[in-house]
Amino acid sequence: MVTKEAPRTTAPAVPARRSPRRRRDGRAALLYLAPGGILLLAMLVYPIYQLVLISFYDYGQPQAVGNAPLVFLGFQNYTDLLENVQFWEVLAKTLGFTAVCVVGSLALGTGVAVLATRVRTWARVPLFLAALAAWATPAMAGSYVWLFLFDADFGLVNEVLSGLGFTGMANHSWTFDTYSTFGLVAAEVIWCSFPFVMVTMYAGIKGVPEEVIEAAYLDGASTWRTTWSITLPMVRPLLTIATIQSIIWDFKIFTQIYVMTNGGGVAGRNLVLNVFAYQQAFAGQEYGLGAALGVVMTLLLLSITGLYVRSQRRSAGWV
Amino acid sequence: MGVTARRRVRKPGRLIAEIVCVVIAGMVAFPVYWMVLSAFKPTGQIQAENPRPWTLTPTLEHFERVLSGEGFAMFFLNSVIVAVVVVALSLLLSFLSAVALTRFNFKGKTVLLVMVLVAQMVPVEALTIPLFFLMRSVGDVAPAFGTNHLGSLILVHLAFSLPFAIWMLRGFVAAVPQELEEASKIDGASRMRFTWQILFPLVAPGLVAISVLAFIHAWNDFLFAKTFIISNTENQTLPLAILVFFKPEDTDWGAVMAGSTLMTIPVLVFFILVQRRLVSVMGGAVKG
Repeated sequence: MVTKEAPRTTAPAVPARRSPRRRRDGRAALLYLAPGGILLLAMLVYPIYQLVLISFYDYGQPQAVGNAPLVFLGFQNYTDLLENVQFWEVLAKTLGFTAVCVVGSLALGTGVAVLATRVRTWARVPLFLAALAAWATPAMAGSYVWLFLFDADFGLVNEVLSGLGFTGMANHSWTFDTYSTFGLVAAEVIWCSFPFVMVTMYAGIKGVPEEVIEAAYLDGASTWRTTWSITLPMVRPLLTIATIQSIIWDFKIFTQIYVMTNGGGVAGRNLVLNVFAYQQAFAGQEYGLGAALGVVMTLLLLSITGLYVRSQRRSAGWV
Repeated sequence: MGVTARRRVRKPGRLIAEIVCVVIAGMVAFPVYWMVLSAFKPTGQIQAENPRPWTLTPTLEHFERVLSGEGFAMFFLNSVIVAVVVVALSLLLSFLSAVALTRFNFKGKTVLLVMVLVAQMVPVEALTIPLFFLMRSVGDVAPAFGTNHLGSLILVHLAFSLPFAIWMLRGFVAAVPQELEEASKIDGASRMRFTWQILFPLVAPGLVAISVLAFIHAWNDFLFAKTFIISNTENQTLPLAILVFFKPEDTDWGAVMAGSTLMTIPVLVFFILVQRRLVSVMGGAVKG
């Protein structure tokens, strides 16, 4: 995979003029970048091009197997989508769901990270072990155990609630109502994604020089004030990265929604864009429409993260 | 740690914070505990009126049922193959790319860096449709990498873990001082030798973080396995094997929990192996 670099006969005695070194570096860089670059071109750039292309065609099963000619539709798939009431509902649900998951995992992750820096080892170790266990639990396994905990008939939550006197909660279905379904999925997502934020922020906070914090204490700043005015601004670049990663992950969640709502719920009441696109394309065999949805998703995610990066860039000095 | 102990600044309410800490730990760990517990409970106790948070009669019946079920062991092995190959190759490829993007000086470097950054933001799941068609045509040429084969999953996961891996490793590679490279050059080491024998071990913490994320990504994947592996069920991966036991009306919870537990163990083992490095890594990764 790695081709041998051109042998270097003599070490340059005098720093060579700029251009030969640059050219040599360029050649070496090309070799080093080739394996990853080719892969990314083939599996990321080309598919994006294809996605946009397919979204302009009437692309169903006959076209996919080559039994029917391709018909260019222009923006027909997009107008179909924008005129579809369900699309707007799914979009609203996706944005709301993403926002709840992002805010939830950031708040919980950062809060617990701050807490973890203030306690002794005996309390911190169990916290980290628990967080690692939640993080390590695969999305599929996590979805199932949360479903099981909230199961209408055999779930622990209903039994405990009815045991506490909320008798109406016996056999209550958490996955019937749209809000409670999304709430349950969001809880699972936050549970398994806050550890990433926590570990990142904990490492960042530990990286803040002790003296700065100590100086603030000596100046009479409260714990709250120190955290809010000194620690958090100093770990802002990390917070930015954690936020972007959370937005990217939570916006395109598939497994949890698919498993916990059993494919999007009855009549697709509990869909997010990602599952919606999948259903349109592979269950409904409307690849053109599914591709248009994919393009919309990509543009949305790029603009959300782009806006966020821009708003952070000046203050964080990042990139 | 030593500094903290010596410091005389009072920490009000530390004990309360510690109790809160342990309570949160218990809550966070509870679903995992419940999963493992339910996997060992006899069926009668799983579907009981008053589920107890312990069992006095643990049983392996669910594990036996899951493991003797159709091809579970094979699906498990498939998942391991995909995840291990993805981790190994993404370490190699992201390291090469990160070295080129940090230590070499060439035209268009900034543009490439921005492209790597943007690539992270592409919702790869949205590319399922074109990737499905692409892998299907790849299968005509190289069957092992086409749909219905593990190679297609490996290629896709590899490509998707690369941008973040490159971005993360860049900080680590940049942190190795330039003087070290010059010193090794004076000692007669070629650039190739410096890259592999000095630089590679030095960025090991970054490689740890990358391997964790790539492993989780490949191991957890459900969408691509579901889409790509359609007819050749021999090449199915683990998430689809568990799906079999789940039916909305009549779920075999014992089997689902046992399967979920089995699926969690490799990731947990992997985490425990690297956890010491992980915490320091997440902070260092993004400072470059």
